Order: sequence, then C-alpha cells, then structure tokens
Amino acid sequence: MSPDTPGAPGPLVRPFGDTTGDGMVQVSFTLPLPHDKRAEGAALQLAAKMGMSPALLVHAKAMGPDFTFFVVYGSVTHLVDLREVHVAEREFPLLTPAEVNQAVRTHLGRKLVVVGACIGTDAHTVGIDAILNIKGFAGEKGLEYYRELTVVNLGAQVLVPDLVASAREVGADAVLVSQVVTQKDAHIHNTTTMSAAFREAFPAGEVPLLVVGGPRFEEGSAAALGVDRVFGRGTTPGEVASYLVHELVEPRTTPDPRGVQR
Amino acid sequence: MDLARAHTTVSVERATLRLAGLKGADHEGTPWVNHLVDAVRAQTGLEHGVTTPVWDALRRGQAPDLLTLAQKASSGGVSFRLPEGSDLRASRRAARVAVARGVRTMDRQRAARERMVATVGDAPRTPWVYLIVATGDIHEDIPQARAAAEAGADVIAVIRSTGQSLLDFVPEGATREGFAGTYATQENFRLMRAALDETSRRLGRYVRLTNYASGLCMPEIATLAGLERLDMMLNDSMYGILFRDINPVRTFVDQRFSRQVHARAGIIINTGEDNYLTTADAVEAAHTVTVSQLLNEYFAKEAGLEDWQLGLGHAFEIDPDLPDSFRTELAHALLARRLFPRAPLKWMPPTKHMTGDVFRGYLLDGFFNLAGAMTGQGILLVGMMTEAVVTPWLSDRDLALQNVRYVMEAAGGLTEDFHPPRDGFIQTRARQVLSEAVDLLEGIVHDSDAAGDPPLLAAIADGTFGAMKRPATAGKGLDGVVVKAGGYDNPATSLLEEGATR
Repeated sequence: MSPDTPGAPGPLVRPFGDTTGDGMVQVSFTLPLPHDKRAEGAALQLAAKMGMSPALLVHAKAMGPDFTFFVVYGSVTHLVDLREVHVAEREFPLLTPAEVNQAVRTHLGRKLVVVGACIGTDAHTVGIDAILNIKGFAGEKGLEYYRELTVVNLGAQVLVPDLVASAREVGADAVLVSQVVTQKDAHIHNTTTMSAAFREAFPAGEVPLLVVGGPRFEEGSAAALGVDRVFGRGTTPGEVASYLVHELVEPRTTPDPRGVQR
Repeated sequence: MDLARAHTTVSVERATLRLAGLKGADHEGTPWVNHLVDAVRAQTGLEHGVTTPVWDALRRGQAPDLLTLAQKASSGGVSFRLPEGSDLRASRRAARVAVARGVRTMDRQRAARERMVATVGDAPRTPWVYLIVATGDIHEDIPQARAAAEAGADVIAVIRSTGQSLLDFVPEGATREGFAGTYATQENFRLMRAALDETSRRLGRYVRLTNYASGLCMPEIATLAGLERLDMMLNDSMYGILFRDINPVRTFVDQRFSRQVHARAGIIINTGEDNYLTTADAVEAAHTVTVSQLLNEYFAKEAGLEDWQLGLGHAFEIDPDLPDSFRTELAHALLARRLFPRAPLKWMPPTKHMTGDVFRGYLLDGFFNLAGAMTGQGILLVGMMTEAVVTPWLSDRDLALQNVRYVMEAAGGLTEDFHPPRDGFIQTRARQVLSEAVDLLEGIVHDSDAAGDPPLLAAIADGTFGAMKRPATAGKGLDGVVVKAGGYDNPATSLLEEGATR
C-alpha cells in the first residue's frame, strides 16, 4: 500500500468521522470576544490554523458580554505517521488495591511500611496527601486505604534528619517525598539532600526505597537525584502502590534483610 | 460533648482574641493572635483561658491596647499572671466587654444579611445553585464569582488553597498565590463579600458566599466568616479527623466552638458526607452517610444551630454501570429528604465515576440534577463535566449551568408528582439503608476501647467511619489541646451560650 494513501490502514492514519479518510474532528473552545460576526470569523481562522479545512462552525454562543463559546467540525489536513509514535512503557504492571494487598500478604508476609513527607520549606501537602490520604486522587483511594500498607504521613515542612529518624523508627520500606515548590530549584536541592542523608544513615542495601514526586521533576532524573524513582504530575495512588509492590514485594533473588528483622 | 466542654484549644483562644478585635500579623506573616496565645501559654498556660491573663496585663498597664500588648508579648516583653480576687473579676469583666463588641459585630452582620435579602430579594427558587471558584488569586476570583452569579449561581464557594487546613494560623491580607484554591483570610472574605453585594444589588437577588471552616483553624475561620458576613460554611463534625488526620479531641472542641459561632452568625453549615462515598462504595456505605447526617444534626443542634442552618450533605456517587443505579440514587436522596424535612440538604455531584469522558459526564450530571429536582434538595452543587480533567473552564461552568437550568425548568415541579409506590424498589432500598444506619449507631453506642474512651471516640479509633482508624491520642494539632482548669473563662463561649450581647 502506498504510504501517501490517506486513511488506508497502515503507517499513515487520519481521524475517522463516518467514512474512511474523511479526517473529521470536533473541537470546542472559547474566545475572549463578544459574540458577533467577527468572533465567528476569528473562530474559523483558528480552526484553519489548526489544520481544519473545510471547517464548519456549528455552534456559537455568548457567555456573558465578553466571551463566546464555539463548536467547530471539520476535516483535518494532518496525517499521523504511526512509525513516529513512541510509547514510554511503564516498567511495572498496574495493580488494583486488592492485588496490591494480595501481593504484600503472599510475598512479604507483613505490612509494607511507607513513610511520606513534604520536606524543606514546602508546605504544599497536596501531592503527598493525594497519594497517601484515603481521599486519594483522580477517583483512586490513597495508600492509607490499602489494608496491607502501613502509612505514616509526616506532613509538611519536615526536616530531613527527622524524616530519616522516623523512617528508621517505623522500619520504613519506602519513603515518599513530595516537592511542589520549585523556586530556585528548591525541589532538586531538597531531594539530593534527602537522598544523601538516607545513604549516609543506612548501611548499603538497607536504605528504604526512595521515591520522590512533584509536578516539575524531569522523567528519568532519578539517578541524578540519588533516588529510586521519580513520579510526575498526574500520578495516581494506584501507580505508586503498584510500583512499590514491583520493587519491594515481588519475589527477589536475595532475601530482604528487613523481612526477617520484624 | 462532655469532652468538648472539658478542653480548649489554641485556635478557640485565638478566635476569642479575634472577636476582641485583634488582627494583623508580623512581617513574617505570623498573626498577632498566635503570638499572644503562645506567649500566654508559655507563661501561665491556657487552662484558665487566654483572656483573663491578657486583660489583667492590660489593666496593669503593660500596654495601652491589645495590639501593642501582642506585639510586646511576641518579643517576650510582657509578664502575664493569673489574677485573683477583685483583679480576677475586673479582668474577666474587661475581657467580656471587649469580646462582646465582636459578637455584636456578628449580630449586626446577620441583621444586614436579613435586611439585604428582604430588600434586594432572595434566590428565586430551590435548590440554590452552588458554584465553585478557585484561582488562587482573590483578584481573579472576584470577576469569576461575579460572572458565575450573573450566569445563575445563587451561592459562590471559594475553594481554599490546598494545605490550608493543616496550617495552624490564618494567613493575613488579600492573597494572590494559592495552590488549587485561594487562602481563606479576613481580607479575602471582605473583598469577595463586598463584590457580591454589588452584584446582588444589580441582579436583584442576594448571592450567598461560602467558605470552609475546617482544619486546624476552624474556630478562627468561623469567627472571621461571622465578622465578614459569609453566608454558608463547610463544617463537618468528623471530616478533619477522618480525612485530614487531625486529632479527634482537637476537632470536637474546635467544632463545637465554630458551630456556636455559625449558629449566632446565622450561617448555614454544609456537612461533608460526600467524602464517605468518594472513599467507599456508594451503595455499601450509604448507611454511613445517614449516620453521619444524624451525628452532624446532633452536634449542630447541641451548638444551637437551627434546622434551616443544616446543609446536611449527600452525593450522587453510585457506579453508573450498576443496574438501577439511578433508582438507588433516588432512594438515598429521598431518604435524606424525609429524615430531615426542614434542613436544606446539600446535594453533591458525581466525581468518582467521572472518567474524563466529558460527554458521558455531562449526561451523568444531567441525571444528578434530575435526582435533585425530583427529591427537592435545598442546595445543588453544580457538577462539571470536566471533573477530574481540569479545573473548570469558563465554558464548562456555562454548560453546567445550562444543564441545571434545563432540568430545573423542565422538571423542577416533579417533587410534586414523584411519590414512589409503597414497598416498591425505592421504599425498600431506603428502608434497608435506614436499618443499616440504626444497626451502625447501636454498634457505636456500645463501642469501647482499651483506653476507656467515650463510645464515639472508640468508634473513630477502630475505623468505623470511612475505614480510617483515628485514635484519640494521635493526629495533627494534638499539642494545641488543653484541659480546662476549674476557673476557666472564655467570654466568647459565655456570650454565645447565653445569647447575650454584653
């Protein structure tokens, strides 16, 4: 099949309305303009710039005196080349809470202990609370909800030495740190300080799994930060729980020394 | 209740100072009320209340006024003592005079609200349409709130910055930086209320303003709401304990004070039963909502709130893939309506089963609105089809209001026609939920724990609610709880309980 046959099943695809190759899409948006002919023209111009040709303005409605809402249908001129689509694979399978609990019960034989905190001057517990609090995030319950996890949420503005001490006291398997504030790269600085402190305080091989999360961490920067995993914006509690199981619970080649201590 | 009466907290004491007119903060943003309460606590303790040592110090000429006293105390320049005899009586009297001024301000604000509703006009129908704004910047919130009111909202709620519930102080001044919400401050309250007053006059209906009296500063935020004429406050008896891990004793003490303030200020409280359904299955946990509503009603009445002030919560959170999910929602909603016939009831939209499919979400919100119309709910929190996707866009809000308007105009009168048949699906389901609720309440009454806590605390400690175990000796804010001594005095509590103005 020739690659320039749009709509044909193959590396090049177009959106599908009701006919192969029609390229139909729908978009809705708001322009900060009062509703009149000029606003409608502006909407069509935007549609054209988005690659919709021909574009059909099917709905325009004033929202107050200063804004207009539009719905536009049209055929996009763009082609999608499947050969250029790259998918970042998650390195661990996504588990349901029941599967997480089951895995911990079966393979670990005790509760998995998780300590969480916001460190430094960061008072934004939104991230750590979304992951830990039972209220959770994006319709998923937080780790406190998991029967086989023991969660210690230290809250905001926790000092690194206190975090290390708490982790040691409760025998943490994993330490979750949230960093929202990024002024002057505070999140990078705080994270490297934290990871260094843990590596210093625990013998090699017994350092808890260090996990850091926040909206501004770069994917793949875990090694540079000295932590085991970085989670970005939109991470759900289920993903974190699945990762913890993947790293800490699934059968290991060497027995976990922490497993026999308690 | 006995427990709530036997303790005070740093926040209750700070709220009392706020009623006496102490406001402002140092250059680092620490409020003067915090400085003064901390200084008194360090020297004399708080078990006799903060006011007696403070007004004793003022009487002894340690400072010319309350603000100067707080400023001096913050640098350790004031020595406090517990006065005795005639000094004690005079200090208490002086404190009462000062605090009574704040209480009268709340009374005046309540009267001002009643006057405005009478002259400007009230919301045209129930349910009141409740819309949320949250930009983080009060100066951005104001135009959004006005636009929402003009588009049909009867109630504007300004969501708080995430994490404020865990701050042990109330930030000061107009704030322009919040995280997923705007800080609750006295100045922000004032600015928003003034803007909505103007909008109310233009629209010919009083637009109500809502904020959140929860978290560690609940008593202070309730007080500021009363002083600045907010109209509704989120105020749940157990939310902070279960979902924010705030110490149970701290919560019950702070709760009681804040509810007394709300009662006096004519504020409608909104309770948080929706949270039980977002963390547990909405069918299985339906009876926990009923139990929580009953507890919230009890604690509210005890604090002096009247039926019209009880915005007891519930939510449309049943998995839409279940058979008869809408009928079950109707059964639950009607149960709440019948159990609390005079309370306005706050009906909250689906969040848990909003998947990002905004089209399906719009349909679900339509059914939510319909259930609200059919069962005569008092306050309808408008659902957004972009729930769990983005914070609502202008267009999301507009579409959501169209959805509400359509359903209310098309089917608002259905409450009149909707009488589920005897022993039909809806009645049977409602009866089942009610009987499960009664069983749970009986279980709570007989609950006990090793520490010998009262039954409700024991039940909270062993995870009866929301599947969370919250022992009475743990949780945030415990260090701010103080057992009252025999001579404890708090003029605010006295004035609120006596209904006195002087």
